[in-house]
Amino acid sequence: MLPILHDLQEQFGYIDDRAIPLIADALNVSRAETLGVISFYHDFRRAPIDGRTLKLCRAESCQAMGCEELVSHLAVRHGVKVDDADDRSDLHVESVYCLGNCALSPAALLDGEPIGRLECVRIDEIVAGAQGRTQ
Amino acid sequence: MTVRVFVPADSSALSVGADVVAAAILDEARRRGLDIELVRTGSRGLFWLEPLVEVETPTGRVGYGPVSPGETDQLFEVGFLSGRPHPKALGHVDDIPYLARQQRLIFARCGLTDPLSLDDYRPHGGLRGLERALALGPKATVEEILASGLRGRGGAGFPTGVKWRTTAGIDADQKYVVCNADEGDSGTFADRMLMEGDPFLLIEGMAIAGLSVGATQGYIYIRSEYPHAFATFQRAIERARAGGLLGPSVLGSGKAFDLEARLGAGAYICGEETSLLESLEGKRGQIRVKPPLPAISGLFGKPTVINNVLSFASTPWILEHGAKAYAAYGVGRSLGSQPFQLAGNIRYGGLVELAFGATLRELVEGFGGGTRTGRPIRAVQVGGPLGAYLPETLLDTPLDYESMAVAGGMLGHGGVVVFDDSVDMARQARFAMEFCAKESCGKCTPCRIGSTRGVETVDKIIAGRDRQKNVQLLRDLCEVMTDGSLCALGGLAPMPVLSALNHFGEDFAKAATRVAAE
Repeated sequence: MLPILHDLQEQFGYIDDRAIPLIADALNVSRAETLGVISFYHDFRRAPIDGRTLKLCRAESCQAMGCEELVSHLAVRHGVKVDDADDRSDLHVESVYCLGNCALSPAALLDGEPIGRLECVRIDEIVAGAQGRTQ
Repeated sequence: MTVRVFVPADSSALSVGADVVAAAILDEARRRGLDIELVRTGSRGLFWLEPLVEVETPTGRVGYGPVSPGETDQLFEVGFLSGRPHPKALGHVDDIPYLARQQRLIFARCGLTDPLSLDDYRPHGGLRGLERALALGPKATVEEILASGLRGRGGAGFPTGVKWRTTAGIDADQKYVVCNADEGDSGTFADRMLMEGDPFLLIEGMAIAGLSVGATQGYIYIRSEYPHAFATFQRAIERARAGGLLGPSVLGSGKAFDLEARLGAGAYICGEETSLLESLEGKRGQIRVKPPLPAISGLFGKPTVINNVLSFASTPWILEHGAKAYAAYGVGRSLGSQPFQLAGNIRYGGLVELAFGATLRELVEGFGGGTRTGRPIRAVQVGGPLGAYLPETLLDTPLDYESMAVAGGMLGHGGVVVFDDSVDMARQARFAMEFCAKESCGKCTPCRIGSTRGVETVDKIIAGRDRQKNVQLLRDLCEVMTDGSLCALGGLAPMPVLSALNHFGEDFAKAATRVAAE
């Protein structure tokens, strides 16, 4: 089921509720089981989002290099809340726990592209870049 | 004459601009009319030097790093293509002490070759392990792995040969080999580096496993936080198939083994082997009660060998050089080599593969050079988010499974995360519980409920409410979680909490006075 869910999300940006009975039917499982799988994994979204996605690592190695300061910088300077489900801004920031770039913490992924040694200045650029894109 | 220039395409190197540097080198060479061949490699694992550019010279490979895109013009100007001096010149890369002092068995080739070229893999020692396994036959191969003393590198340290022997001994219509590449521990990146830098080694190791236990199909479960590793590995599988390393007749032996890569979806618990199997079957990643062991009843209820990336990747060396040569590395019952990963607040972060038995101090001070911030080391967390926080006084602990257990910690997957003296250990203890609450699969109560109660109790301690009573309560809770959880997530989450309490108790008291003062 995971490859199907990944494909749907890659194609549409999220997994629409209307897809659930289709998946259930195809795999001969119940709709409840399908929904159970979707809701179990952090990656799957059930509503569309616009703009860019920054996955910010908040695990121990990045904590040791000040990732929480980046979180407060995002909030104080840019009014961007991490893991905000109702977020309608151009930049969505999600917490992740380890990107395997721990020798160059703090680490992030911007739309899948890795960033190491992330600093507040770079955050400012990313926020500005995301705004520029949708304007 | 064409000069070969090497720039890593490892995602850590990409995160500090390796792609831009590679493009700038190509542009500059074209502009100057110079004939170069640019090879994208894995990383050598010296991450503070990334992007690390290497040039092949008659005397060996010479390095320059960290190179910024603006510096490439200068490099050409001084003649880096002939290995000439430059402020960023590092001399012969193999002679850099950080590399020269390592004992690289698994990572010997990583960073040297084009990871997706089988033509590059073979002349650098590739496939010799698999060829020997085919010559030995299944039974003797399993015996060789048993004799080597190889233990599971995922963290639990269970003898790999015992798993293989169990699965090999069962008569079944279908068996599977599954690779656990859900490297979720913070501070670890060895699996990712290997999948990006030397994927054929892992494929070779899995093929050895498949042929020796009688499994024709393998799966590798790669976490979604590693998009580059997943993409590289998928291409490696295709090329391995085209090159006859995978398929109906592995290396022309007439024996079949094929492999499929699957992408995880952001669940830490799927690094637990039974949870990973559930996820592969398309279910919620909830753990299974053991027994039955996966070796007997694993994926789709069939006998399944499930091992970590580094366990599989150790087997070609063992087969090529023999169990005895492998067991000559290491100490006691921790034999062979372990790729340690230096991370967090560290000056020289990277991959350090050593025989078991070096001390933590040799690693964080000798290799790591202390903290990046230049402040004193206060705590070192070994073994990921479920590993203990060790104080400076325990830095002389040897890094092997048994010594780490005596020190109240564990080796885990070999991740070492360094914190300087600005760390608040009460907050780290809180995070350990919070992480467990977030990632618990929900199957057992001690983990699902205990972790949430744990966060609340640490909060009360931090707030200074009934401190002594709540510290006792937290200790009791940790005991319940340790003894009563079904798997290692709930069972080990108390380890960082208790180690923080035991070694850094002052932070819990300090927190109370600090809050009171506000």
